[in-house]
Amino acid sequence: MGAIRLEQVTKRFGPAVVIPRVDLDIGDGEFVVFVGPSGCGKSTLLRLIAGLEDVSGGRVLIDGADATRLAPAQRGLAMVFQSYALYPHMSVYKNIAFPLKMARSAPELIDRKVRAAAQTLNLTEYLDYKPRQLSGGQRQRVAIGRAIVREPKAFLFDEPLSNLDAALRVNMRVEISELHQTLKTTMIYVTHDQVEAMTMADRIVVLRSGNVEQVGSPLDLYRTPSNVFVAGFIGSPQMNLIRGAEAEKRGAKTIGVRPEHILASHSAGDWAGTAIIAEHLGSDTILHVAVEGMGTLKARVEGEFPLQHGQRAYLTPDPGKVHRFDNADKAMA
Amino acid sequence: MARAIPARRRWLLSILAWAVGLMIFFPILWTVLTSFKTEGEAIAVPPHILFFHWTLENYAEVQQRSNYIEHVTNSVVIALGSTLLALLIGVPAAWAAAFAPARRTKDLLMWMLSTKMMPPVGVLVPIYLLFRDWGLLDTLTGLTALMMLVNLPIVVWMLYTYFKEIPADILEAARMDGARLFNEIVHVLAPMAVPGIASTMLLNIILAWNEAFWTLNLTAAKAAPLSAFIASYSSPEGLFWAKLSAASTMAIAPILILGWFSQRQLVRGLTFGAVK
Repeated sequence: MGAIRLEQVTKRFGPAVVIPRVDLDIGDGEFVVFVGPSGCGKSTLLRLIAGLEDVSGGRVLIDGADATRLAPAQRGLAMVFQSYALYPHMSVYKNIAFPLKMARSAPELIDRKVRAAAQTLNLTEYLDYKPRQLSGGQRQRVAIGRAIVREPKAFLFDEPLSNLDAALRVNMRVEISELHQTLKTTMIYVTHDQVEAMTMADRIVVLRSGNVEQVGSPLDLYRTPSNVFVAGFIGSPQMNLIRGAEAEKRGAKTIGVRPEHILASHSAGDWAGTAIIAEHLGSDTILHVAVEGMGTLKARVEGEFPLQHGQRAYLTPDPGKVHRFDNADKAMA
Repeated sequence: MARAIPARRRWLLSILAWAVGLMIFFPILWTVLTSFKTEGEAIAVPPHILFFHWTLENYAEVQQRSNYIEHVTNSVVIALGSTLLALLIGVPAAWAAAFAPARRTKDLLMWMLSTKMMPPVGVLVPIYLLFRDWGLLDTLTGLTALMMLVNLPIVVWMLYTYFKEIPADILEAARMDGARLFNEIVHVLAPMAVPGIASTMLLNIILAWNEAFWTLNLTAAKAAPLSAFIASYSSPEGLFWAKLSAASTMAIAPILILGWFSQRQLVRGLTFGAVK
């Protein structure tokens, strides 16, 4: 119903090649997240799938049918924009009803579907409001409602939570995930926030400069990143990436070990260093320690770990959790 | 923190503003006052500003001599007709320039604007000849079409600057929602651009209404709008100031009233693009 395939898709804006080549298979009902730093081409890729931009080469297939030359309206997809893109001159009701009106549905059917969507999203009492009278979260829900009534083959989300404050973002994340559980429709979600990616995705596509660096489930990416970029991108706090003697000792150009896989001690350990700062989160403590010959390493310790600036500290990495990367920054077995 | 302007400076600025306003408005004021004088009073030296024998005889004579209603109708038809036609062409053109620009779009817009820089008299003879050969002289059709073309660059430019203010992703959302181009323009773009379209319409109506050069040269009796109506009062018999003033007042009254009631829209429209 909502399987999407990208075959050798490329995109150029004039002389600039934004997407050199992407091959991707998205299964029906999957929640796939495109993640990467700003300018990596994730939004462009989404817009190519939506049909808002034309591909420079390759094909976009929706449910096996070639949709490359189809207009956005004919692809059967729905998009939720970062700025919500609500029609300011229409009420919430009319905003949600607009796609159905464009499809020339009967008024009774429109009414039924709009009210059903409003019910799902707790918008029933706001149906007569104009977008400017709503809060950010409510506007976001109207945008989602407008997408839902289309009963699309797939939902496309373009950084929908970026304009919301932190607390609201967490709530909306859960709501969108629940929506996915209820509707079971394919969802393609673009974000630069790797926490959103990790918590919401069935599979994550990590992009950099238009290239797909790795595709896999959140845990796959966490446990076995295929290169230095993915290793450093996924996981918070960021993985410690170390070059030099310690790396060469293990037969690699670069080694990486996540802060949560380092044991800290006041008395003994593999690596000796001086504490710079300790971040006390209550549940954990994140220690920033300057280790001789290795730069500043971060270690995450459960609970409270008292450490003063300038104090001596010892870090020991879990030997089974050290990642090795070769000269091309690719993961070694 | 806002700069505090001392009270005396404020008074001075107020007086200055009033003085400038009065200076700009004075010709019109004088025309209206003169229209109520007798011909003798009108050319009196030194001129009497307010204390003279007020009379309506000029209005009566103007009304009797020429068909005011017919001229008003012609003006309205030309102004409204050319405006609506200009919008019909201008809205899609501005849409294309704002939302689907090609490499040459900027050049095209510049070129359109450049056509307004040329004095109309430069093309008077070709246009006259074309009108004559196509039987368009002294017709409302010809004049409406010409007015539309003359003001089209301004219409397209104003609409273009308005459309650029509209976030492109709202139109993209409409496309994702299944709207074809026509629906996108009618249901989403136009309602959002109503202030811009209204200002453009107003400006175009005013420009077409006040147009004197083309109307004088291309009309005689049947299609003559109000601008020609005024001109008919400056005759070889001599200048009848009072009657001319009466005719002028009658000619500009409709547009003055329209402008007065829509002044907010007009100001907003003309200054909108100035502040981001």
